[in-house]
Amino acid sequence: MDLELSEDQKLFRNTTVKFLENEAPIEKVRELNKSGEGFPRDFWSQGAELGWAALLVPEDLGGGSISGDGFKDLAIVAEEFGRLTSPGPIIAVNVVIAGLVEGAASGPDHSSEIEGLMSGESIGTWAAYEPNGHWDPLNPSTSAAANAGNYVITGVKDRIEVGAEADVFLVSAKTDAGIALFLVPADAPGVTVESVDSLDFVRRYATARFDGVTVPAEAMVGTEASAAEITERMFQVAVALQCAETNGAIDRVFEFTVQWAFDRYSFGRPLASYQALKHRFSDMRTWLECCMATTDAAVQAVNDRDPEAGRLVSVAKAYVGTKAVQIVQDCVQMHGGLGVTWEHDIHLYLRRVMVDRQLYGTPTDHKRRIADLIGL
Amino acid sequence: MSDQMESVESFRSRAQAWLEGGGLPARKTSADPREAPAAGESDHETDGLALWQRQRELQKMLFAGGFAGIAFPSEYGGQGLSRAHQAAFDDVSEKYEMPLLLNVPSLAICSAMLIDMGTEEQKQKYVRGAISGELILCQFLSEPSGGSDLAGLLTRASRDGDTYVINGQKTWSTNAFAADFATCLVRTDWDAPKHRGLSMIIVPVHDPATHMNRVQMVNGAMEFCEEFFTDLVVPAENLVGTENDGWTVGQRQLFYERQAVGGGSPYTSGRSPDRGSRSGLTIEEVARKVGKDKDPATRELVGWAHAQDTVNHQLIKRITVGMTSGDYPAMASSMMRLAHAEIPQQKQDMMLDIAGDQAVTSLPEGDGFLKSIGVSYLMRQGASLGGGSSEMSRNMISERVLMMPREYAADRDVPFKDVRRGR
Repeated sequence: MDLELSEDQKLFRNTTVKFLENEAPIEKVRELNKSGEGFPRDFWSQGAELGWAALLVPEDLGGGSISGDGFKDLAIVAEEFGRLTSPGPIIAVNVVIAGLVEGAASGPDHSSEIEGLMSGESIGTWAAYEPNGHWDPLNPSTSAAANAGNYVITGVKDRIEVGAEADVFLVSAKTDAGIALFLVPADAPGVTVESVDSLDFVRRYATARFDGVTVPAEAMVGTEASAAEITERMFQVAVALQCAETNGAIDRVFEFTVQWAFDRYSFGRPLASYQALKHRFSDMRTWLECCMATTDAAVQAVNDRDPEAGRLVSVAKAYVGTKAVQIVQDCVQMHGGLGVTWEHDIHLYLRRVMVDRQLYGTPTDHKRRIADLIGL
Repeated sequence: MSDQMESVESFRSRAQAWLEGGGLPARKTSADPREAPAAGESDHETDGLALWQRQRELQKMLFAGGFAGIAFPSEYGGQGLSRAHQAAFDDVSEKYEMPLLLNVPSLAICSAMLIDMGTEEQKQKYVRGAISGELILCQFLSEPSGGSDLAGLLTRASRDGDTYVINGQKTWSTNAFAADFATCLVRTDWDAPKHRGLSMIIVPVHDPATHMNRVQMVNGAMEFCEEFFTDLVVPAENLVGTENDGWTVGQRQLFYERQAVGGGSPYTSGRSPDRGSRSGLTIEEVARKVGKDKDPATRELVGWAHAQDTVNHQLIKRITVGMTSGDYPAMASSMMRLAHAEIPQQKQDMMLDIAGDQAVTSLPEGDGFLKSIGVSYLMRQGASLGGGSSEMSRNMISERVLMMPREYAADRDVPFKDVRRGR
């Protein structure tokens, strides 16, 4: 949690919390998992009405935020998503919006698609992974061949968040002139989508095949010359939001685990009175504070388009990705056998935190990226 | 803070101009540890008195230029400016020779405590003296039998007219050999429970009644001292706070110690160059020196070390904000203290790993840089022992931040003379 929020931001957080607690409490998350439904469409469109997809959209396109720091506000929402392991494509949609906004400077106009995404009518997602590949969005084998003013896209993408629910994919592909990004409607001929299992209870993923899918030249986002820059922006947005979401999750897990340590008695005294456990709680509390500190810095840098943002998001992901799962597993330990039961909520958090850890670059990927960025 | 306070940007350019105009000499090489040991670190080269004489001279230059004690009140020789001004000065002074050894404990711990707890005369003499470069302060706190149980100390002071007479022994007094005065915590009432019979008294470091030894550490450093007092007589006006309320004064001093050791003090001046070890090599340089800079596993370690260093700084900023706004209790500083031990220790592990087989031997004619990583590693635990052990920090965090039950203490509310010591 950012310790320096304005009154408006605190109000925005409260509104978000109330909405999520009413519409998507943990019991609801369990129901959605049981029914196999990732997220109810109306839940997302109501969220969009609260502004969840407008925060990165410029004012002249109908977006904006109360504080004027749209990305910081969006990180508040992501953190609250983590606190309840909420359903909904908060990261996927906003990453696509970030890409479209960024691409507008150099490439075709996508303001109507931005409007659709912002209102919640349309769901978009970034298709960047390819089967058996690691995180390497600027090195796709998917191709986009120019053909009479159109592009014909061929390839397979996987690990696509909300792939089965998405209306539009943002697809990276090789062209004759380099790497480009394209907006591909999910219902275009040649697109087939298959859901895959994911560890998260309600965050669903899919594989999409693009078999000679024809899109007009205006489907391109930005240009080949700006694709790397647009991708970096989307990447930064995705990673910083993951970290914020993870912080919400570990903060909540730590909170109920501390409470458990006060409530649970063994040998006639509360768990919280044992020094061996107190010391582990102190370590966790310190790591949690470190996670918050580094995420604050990353979010601020992405918000401000600081030249150091790329390095700072990788620092945050390397750290938060590494520590968050350790914190949650330590909290599992504090719960004893209960911590590894299906009934206890802690595994819902472990699932969300693990998925956030592994995607958009693992901590190892980010550690190596830092070495690149500091010139080793 | 008055409305007339100079803006940080104006101050920054004024400081820059002063430095460029020769206010301070330039640092000779940025990576030379002999010029600029980091706070809390030391090596053979910090042990010589000539170096300390140089620190005094540099502090006098700062004082003459109007840049000493930037965040200290102007009544006591400081500049009466803010933490932000100090940070701006730290930025612009990085390439200059700075009296970094005076930061801890003289300025950031002892002087900071005296500002809060000292009498007007004490502040005028000792705080002004420290800021102006006239004198250096150190701490006489730990005792050989004490360990983490600081309040169980045995050094006694007896009131005799207008004086106190002190007998006993202190140890782990960092750089005391180079200091002029020490804030010394002593027992003045043996009938009271341990926390209620203590007093804080300022004592001269060099007195015929005090015998001092230097303590050599496993890396060869001689920064620590031990002192034996035999009827050391000091004026009663040297009492800080009230008699038998020394624990309150000591707590204040320990607060500043945690803040300083954690890296969050507004009263430190200047910033040491980012060095990974006493060798003066950064972890990237070690990787290159052993030819592993293209090795993916090494690159991962270097990236991780960089990430953790960055997080350590970010943590200090966040907790400082939290404590300033009142969102966090003062004991939140223990988290800085804990991170500031754990993170550098992990970095030492990584450096040792990267230096590999070259960290334990060196040719007599070689530069010895890689072996010095091994030597640094011998002192690995220093970071989680000095300034209160990490275990004490963990108690503080669990008991004062998470409000978990306190540890059982057999000496609680027992007159100190009746407390069992030893078996």
